[in-house]
Amino acid sequence: MNPLTIGLLALLAVVLLAAVATEKTRKSTVLALRSLWLHKLRSILSMLGIIIGTTSVIALMSIGEGSMHDALEDIKRMGATNIIVRSVKPPEDSSKRSFVALYGLKYDDMADFATIPSINRLVPMRVFPQEVRRGNAKHNSRVVATRPEYSEINQLDLFKGRFLVQDDDFLMRNVCILGSTTASTLFPFQDPLDKDVAIGQFIYVVVGVMKDRMPTGGGGGSQAAEDFNDDIYIPLNTARTRFGETISIRSAGSRSAEKVELHQVTLTVSDIDLVRPTGVIIEEILNNPRKHPRKDWALTVPLDRLEQAEKTKQRYSRDLGLYASISLLVGGIGIMNIMLATVTERTREIGIRRALGAKQRDIVTQFLIEAMVQTGIGGMVGVAIGIGLVFLLPTMGQMPWMIELFGPPGPPPILHQESILWALSTSIGVGVIFGLYPAFRASRLDPIEALRHV
Amino acid sequence: MKSLVESAPEFSTEATPVFPTESPILQVDNLTKVYTLGGNPLTVLRGITLSVKVGDFVALMGPSGSGKSTLLNILGCLDRPTSGSYYLGSEDVSIMSDDQLSDIRCRYLGFIFQQYNLLPQYTVVENIEVPLIYQGVKIDEKTKSRCESLASLVGLGDRLDHRPMQLSGGQQQRVAIARSLANAPSLILADEPTGNLDSSTSIEIMSLLRILNSMGKTIVMVTHENDIAAWSKRILRMRDGQIESDTPNVPIPIPAGLRLIDPNVLINIVGEIGEI
Ligand SMILES: Nc1ncnc2c1ncn2[C@@H]1O[C@H](COP(=O)(O)OP(=O)(O)OP(=O)(O)O)[C@@H](O)[C@H]1O
Ligand SMILES: [Mg+2]
Repeated sequence: MNPLTIGLLALLAVVLLAAVATEKTRKSTVLALRSLWLHKLRSILSMLGIIIGTTSVIALMSIGEGSMHDALEDIKRMGATNIIVRSVKPPEDSSKRSFVALYGLKYDDMADFATIPSINRLVPMRVFPQEVRRGNAKHNSRVVATRPEYSEINQLDLFKGRFLVQDDDFLMRNVCILGSTTASTLFPFQDPLDKDVAIGQFIYVVVGVMKDRMPTGGGGGSQAAEDFNDDIYIPLNTARTRFGETISIRSAGSRSAEKVELHQVTLTVSDIDLVRPTGVIIEEILNNPRKHPRKDWALTVPLDRLEQAEKTKQRYSRDLGLYASISLLVGGIGIMNIMLATVTERTREIGIRRALGAKQRDIVTQFLIEAMVQTGIGGMVGVAIGIGLVFLLPTMGQMPWMIELFGPPGPPPILHQESILWALSTSIGVGVIFGLYPAFRASRLDPIEALRHV
Repeated sequence: MKSLVESAPEFSTEATPVFPTESPILQVDNLTKVYTLGGNPLTVLRGITLSVKVGDFVALMGPSGSGKSTLLNILGCLDRPTSGSYYLGSEDVSIMSDDQLSDIRCRYLGFIFQQYNLLPQYTVVENIEVPLIYQGVKIDEKTKSRCESLASLVGLGDRLDHRPMQLSGGQQQRVAIARSLANAPSLILADEPTGNLDSSTSIEIMSLLRILNSMGKTIVMVTHENDIAAWSKRILRMRDGQIESDTPNVPIPIPAGLRLIDPNVLINIVGEIGEI
């Protein structure tokens, strides 16, 4: 908790204590609650501004918190010091329909990347669907041909055996590691370790089996959702010799095919401060028109997600400031209005109290408490609605009309707890500020005039 | 007032006052009050000089507009004189600040109004408590039971949780009397306390005030009616902002059949005269 929060909390506690501290204030609080209850509709209408204000504070802060959390999760998954370069199929050229397009990252590019001094790890990947067989059992797997360092940039949990090692790659061994679904499909009753599977025409020895891994969400559109359980990992060099320098994928029903050398290269930068400059250098390398005449690559800097999220959060805070101050202003004026009406309505009561010994400050306190009780209760109602929204939004966002109105739902909001405190203390503060004038006016009434009031 | 009565002896107006003393509780000297209406001065009180002894029961009479209420409000520290001095006990009230006047009202004065002036949101007991709250007294079981006894004293022991709207005019005025006693005041100021009541209810209220007076409470009461003034010990007549006549009066006795509670029991409830 930061000092501001602690200060607000203390302030809130003092106000709440003061409201019940003396007999006078206690009576005023009870009376205020009683008259709120007596004029329910009137109270709700006059509190509307406060309610909307606090609701939007809670909701917007929580949405901001949710997108921040989402971004941080993404970064945790992709690594803050990583830069991910992927091959992307360039926009279709309609004049060359049957042309087998070679596109994407080359081994050449990787060699270029390796010359950048700030990069201390390169993990190339070839990713392609392929049928894996074991006897009569078949599984449509995703072959991931990579290097042992892959395990350093992904949280891999081995169930059995080992992951790839350097020698697998050097020696172009026919070894593989199975994702959990691949393993259970091909080896329903057996331990897969040291058994053979066939990928294409070649036989691979199973050296490891992965644990079940939750599919990850699409990282804010930067990467498609991945299901790792269908994977089968093989050494990159093995793949180069067995499948050739390029991978051809012939999509069903189409005459065109695609050829790709490398599907993805994940680069790890030695220092977090060098991530962005390195990203720029990589971009420059890839922008070379001789090597990449068309834009057939995409660069993802997970760190940018953080910036994005911070921007989102900032935008929400700015909007929040605007919404909250407008609705709190409106709310405050509503409260002032109702308090002025109350003072007029209860002029005689003020006279009676003065005759019975109330000092001017007793009258001020009474009406201030009344204003604070109104805005405080309004704030609580707003907080309750806000919290409700935070829990309802993920479900509501899925509704077709919501999607039509606001587009696809963003990351689910996370209740921003400190904003509850802010909302409550500002709404009580609004009560104090906007209640001051009516309360002061009430206290300045002449006792006799007030008593004579009908 | 039947509710006050158990087997107590009939109350006698001849009984010696509980606090016989000759010292004035209030002393007013050459008091004037001038209102300015649209630039024109309107003199409402022109040189009132008056002294009221502790334990007195003064009826303030006079035609409408003669300044009775204006004087009573000044005596009650709700208003300030334009000139002249006003000593309440030994203190010059005319120079006090608003807060000090509130304090005086709170500690030494009790008010009874023609319109009862109860707080509509409060129950009978809560209304009686109000002066205590502004005294800063902590409301505990003791003060609660005191307020309840005050309510029973005025015959409303079975209506403690009623709101003013649920009571008759006479009952409301009795609550107001109980409330005026809550802070054990030395001086009770009543502006036409029976003005809105029928004659038999008026008799009940006046009997109650008589008893309080015999307990030592000083009372100044404004009234239009001779029947009501007849309950007092001293009748002041006003005209055009001046005191026209000041005559002692032998108060009429409390009617037979209205049997009242033992003064010694009462004193425990009503409390002692506050020091001034
Ligand atoms: N606030 C005021 N401003 C101007 N004039 C006032 C004010 N209060 C009272 N007066 C005037 O002072 C005069 C005396 O009023 P006051 O209320 O004392 O009369 P009263 O003797 O109590 O009459 P009543 O028997 O009708 O109650 C009246 O003429 C009234 O118009
Ligand atoms: Mg009058």
